[in-house]
This record gives sequence, structure tokens and C-alpha cells, in this order.
Amino acid sequence: MEPLSNRRKNVAQKEMTLSERMYLPAIAQGLGITIKHFFKKKATINYPEETRQRSDVWRGLHVLKRDENGAERCTACGLCAVACPAEAITMTAGERKKGEEHLYREEKYAVTYEVNMLRCIFCGLCEEACPKAAIFLQDDKLAPARYERDEFIYGKDRLVEPLKTTETK
Amino acid sequence: MTESLFFFFASLTLLCAIMVVISKNPVFSVIFLILTFFTISAHYILLNAQFLAAVNIIVYAGAIMVLFLFVLMFINTGKNVEGTLKRNMLAKIAGTIAGGLLFTVVVAALKDVTLGHPDPATYDSQVGMVENLGKVLFTKYMLPFQLVAVLFLVSMVGAVMIGKRETGEQNF
Amino acid sequence: MDSVLLIYKGIYILAIFGISLLIATYSTYFERKIAAFIQDRVGPNRAGPMGLLQPLADAGKLFFKEEFIPAKANKMLFILGPGIAMLVAAMSSAVIPFGDTLIIGETSFDLIAIDVNIGILYIFGVVSLGVYGLMIGGWASNNKFSLLGAIRAASQNISYELAMGLSLIAVLMLSGSLSLKVIAEQQTGFNWNIWYQPLGFLIFLICAFAETNRTPFDLPESEAELIGGYHTEYSSMKLGMYLFAEYINIFVVSAVMATLYFGAYNFPFMENLRNAFDDPVLGNNVVTIIGVAVMFAKIFAFIFFFMWVRWTLPRFRYDQLMKLGWNILIPLAILNILLTGGGILLYEYFTKG
Repeated sequence: MEPLSNRRKNVAQKEMTLSERMYLPAIAQGLGITIKHFFKKKATINYPEETRQRSDVWRGLHVLKRDENGAERCTACGLCAVACPAEAITMTAGERKKGEEHLYREEKYAVTYEVNMLRCIFCGLCEEACPKAAIFLQDDKLAPARYERDEFIYGKDRLVEPLKTTETK
Repeated sequence: MTESLFFFFASLTLLCAIMVVISKNPVFSVIFLILTFFTISAHYILLNAQFLAAVNIIVYAGAIMVLFLFVLMFINTGKNVEGTLKRNMLAKIAGTIAGGLLFTVVVAALKDVTLGHPDPATYDSQVGMVENLGKVLFTKYMLPFQLVAVLFLVSMVGAVMIGKRETGEQNF
Repeated sequence: MDSVLLIYKGIYILAIFGISLLIATYSTYFERKIAAFIQDRVGPNRAGPMGLLQPLADAGKLFFKEEFIPAKANKMLFILGPGIAMLVAAMSSAVIPFGDTLIIGETSFDLIAIDVNIGILYIFGVVSLGVYGLMIGGWASNNKFSLLGAIRAASQNISYELAMGLSLIAVLMLSGSLSLKVIAEQQTGFNWNIWYQPLGFLIFLICAFAETNRTPFDLPESEAELIGGYHTEYSSMKLGMYLFAEYINIFVVSAVMATLYFGAYNFPFMENLRNAFDDPVLGNNVVTIIGVAVMFAKIFAFIFFFMWVRWTLPRFRYDQLMKLGWNILIPLAILNILLTGGGILLYEYFTKG
């Protein structure tokens, strides 16, 4: 048969030469390779102290943003839940009461907002779908490993951006 | 000092040797036999025969007893050994008679032994050292030494013959 | 005078014991570190600076582990096994000359624990006993894998002891003495035995790997086939004892190789250095102290080599191991004896005639 590529090799069992049968040159060669690796730069990243360089478009843990006054931007329109290919997002909507204007920006807000991190594929479609620029995938945080499955369902307590206490910005 | 050491090692040797015989578990017997070799080596050292002491340990404790233990490991030395051993009356009587005869022979042999004391004029305390032993072996006892070597060679050839691969036999 | 020497010997023996324990402890650390470096990792680096407290952490962990004894195991022998392994390993460093003599005041102190005229035979005898720990432990575990490991250990050690002894004989023919101190003294300066005995050294090195159950000859404790071999059933510090004994054995074998073939505490131009001092006592002491450092440097180099080989070579198959021992190393060792004998005769013929 015609060879499809020029990489074909004929393998035939040849009689070993004396130096091959002694194995010592081969052992020396192997030792040379390992000692070369001994002095090589290490591939390890010391994780808690150093982190791997992330891509600029890295998509990590979700966050629900607040506006400049500290009110939640989310209006519980449900577009993110519709856009989500993994169906990881659920929410229930509620109406804003009098006196809660400083908490919620619009008249409708999300009473609960849950993202199941076990389902989530971190595709970022929720981010694209959101008309109010409320949900974002952060580029510096991960969804960490946990012991229980329940703990992977992130509620508003863990998703909403914490209030800025100081107005330095 | 030397005398008390001698009695200590002698009693230890006898104790270990007795334990070899009366241990029920053969592995314990082997361990006590090794201990016996050690105490015998201690006696050699007391006699200023260091080479003999070392060789005794290397050859007997280090090689031969390993093989003993090696073989014992393949044998099932569980509890059923007790049951399979035949303990009828005839065996007991035969054992007693054989043991008694051996004892008589030992007593008869040792009865007339006079303990020889070394002559201080010709006594050399360094006779057991390696150099002296080597010189004696290669001069005075040259022929027996070489004959023993030939004997070893014969046994080696025999072992090789037994271990040789038969035609048609395949191990790997 | 006598009591001074006696106290000195006691301190020296304790010191050597402590040093061998310390080196064994840190061998575990360096084993992991070297393994990591060869595999492009960094290895243990959390406990203390550069992970230097890792051995302490490991030992602490081992001490607090459950002492598990299998129900059907022979309890006494099960406990005896690691004890014998450890005892024998710690015994063997007694006759190794770690240095020349130190002169303090009027007294000269030999840097050797026991100077017997059968030093090599002592080491050989003690090393040959090392296998009992493995055998007894493996058998007493009442586990088929342990038993297989024990049997492998026994047959491997017996087979390689022969080649080891035969390769030693060539060295003894050169030196004409069984005392390690005398052998060390003969290799002054750069006059090391390795230049006369390259083949013998190679055989001895391979046998040393086999005797200490190191890769590529670690068949008694191969994880993949025998799930740990003789120490399958062991846990806690009893397992630690076995591992410890292995590292002490590596240290001792490295020291023996350094003494027999690499000139022990001798280093090139040591006589020039000794004569450079006006005060002979001071010169002697300086040379001795540097010699001790050189000796330990050689030992560490060998320990590094042991680890380097471990993370390079795969394990032998058992029939290959036996074939190498009996069919190749023993004939080579006998050939080496013949060559050495011939060489000595030729040398004497030309120098005397």
C-alpha cells in the first residue's frame, strides 16, 4: 500500500548491539535527561500566593451589581434565565414598597435570585442578555469547591455586590 | 569480666538452643536458631577469633537461615500441623529410646575428656586473627583448602545442572 | 586516660547514631524534593522555610496514626519485624571511618566508632541480617501480598549478596586488609580505589541498589504489583520504621562505597595542605576536619545518586532481576577478581624485576 504520509516507519526486531544489550549507555542517557529537568524552571504555580495569569475575557463567579446609589439594578425580568443554556438561574419577582427606593432601583425587583453553580457553564450569555447591566461574571473570582450540593446554589446573599461603605470613587 | 561474659553467653546459648527445640511455631525456632548463632559468634569473639565470628554470622545467620525461613514461608504452618502429626505410643517410645541413646553417647564421649590448657610458652593470642588464619590456610593446610574449593566447584556445577533450562521448557 | 577514651567512644557512637537518624529523616525530605525537581515540580514547601520542617510533620503524623495489627497476624513477629529492620540498619555504621585522627592536647581521637580488623565482614554480616526484618514482617502479616514481598526480598538479597561479596574481594586483594580504616588510609590523596576497580565498583553499585531495595530493584515493595509488598499491613510508626531503615541503609551503603572506592576522607592535595601549616598538630586537625566534610560530601553525592536513579529508571521484571544477578554480575565479579589478581602479579613482576 502506498504510504499516506512520509512518517511511516518500518519496525523490525533487530539484534541488539553490545552497547544496547549492556543498557548502561541508555541508563546514562536517561539520567542525563532527568538531571536536565532537575535544573529546569519549575512549572508549579504556588497557588494561594500566586495565581495563574487569566485571560482578559475570563468569566468567573457571578455578581449582581448595584448602581451608583447602592441600589440593586436587577429588575427580575427573567431574560437571563431564558438566555441561560444550562437553566441554572431561577428567580422570583416582587414589587418595591414605599421607602425601599434606596434598595432597589426599579419598581420591580428580584426577591430571590439563585444561580446553581453545578449547572452553570460560565458561558456569559446571562451577562449579554441583561438589559439593565445587572449581572456580570467577574474576572477575578471562582466558584470554589464545597462539601455539600446545597451550598452550590448561590442566593442573593452571596451574589449581590456588597455595599460600598466608603465613597472614595 | 571475661569469665562472667562467658557464663552469660553460654547460658544464653543453651537457653536459645532449648527454645529452638521446644518452640511450637517453626518460625520462632528459626529465630532462636539465629540467636544461637549470634551467641556462638560472641563466644568466638571471646576466643579472639573475630574472623570466624563474622563468617559464622554471614554464612549461617545471613544466608542459610534466610533459606530456612524462605522454605518455612511456603509451608502452611497453621494450627492444623498439630493434628496431622502422628503421636502414637510407638513413636513416643522410639523417641525416648533414641534420645536416651544419644545422651549416653554424649556422656560417654565427654566422660574422659581432659580440658587442655594452652601452653603459655607457645600460646599466641593472635592466632584467630584474619592474617594468621589466612597464612595458615594458604601454607600448612593448602591441600585441604584447595580440595574444599574443588568440592564447592563440584556442588556449584551440580546446582547449575539442576537449574538449567530443559529443552522445550519455557518460563517466560 | 582509658576512661577519657571510653567516654569519647560513647559520645562518638551516640553522635554517629544521631547523625544517621538525622540523615535518614532528611533523606525523606530530599527524596520528595528531588522527585519533584526531576518532574518539574517544587515539592514540599509549606512546612517551614522551603518545607524544611516536612520530616517533623511526617513523623508527627505517623506517630498519631492508628497502630493497626491484623486479627490473624502473628502479633509478636509483627512487632518484631520493623524492630529488627531498624536495629540492623542502625548497627552497621559502627565501623565506618568518617575521618582521620583529631589531636587534642596529648590524646589523639580516631574518628571511627569501632576499629575492628574485620570491618568489611562486619558490615557484610549486618547487611545480610537486614532481610530478616522484611521477611519476618512480611510473613507475620498473614497476607499473600506481604508474603510475596518477603519472599522476593529474601531471594533478591541472597542473590545479590554473592555478587557484592565477590566484587569486594577484588578491593581486598588490593588493600590486603579487611579493616575499613586501613583501606581508607591506603587511598591517600587522589589514589582512590575507583581508578583500579571501575568494574568492581559498578558491580558493587548495582548490588547496593539491590540490597537496599531501591528502584530499579524495589520488587519487594512494588506498589503496582504487590500493593507495598512486605509493609502492606503496616501502619503508623511501624511503617515509619521500615521506611526509616531503608534510608539508613542507603546512608550506610553510600558511606561504604565512599570508603571502599572513593577514598573515604581523603581528598587531592591533602598532604600539601598538611605541610603548609607550621604546627603539625594544627595541620593534622585542619586536614581531618576538611576530610570529614569531604567524606560527608561523598556520602551525600551517593545518596543523591540513589534518588536520581530512582526517579529515572523503571522497575525490573523479577526474572530479569535474577538473570542479571546470577548470569551477569557474578561471572563479571569473578572475571574482575581474575583481572585484579593478574594486574597485581604484573605490577609486582615489573616493580621487583
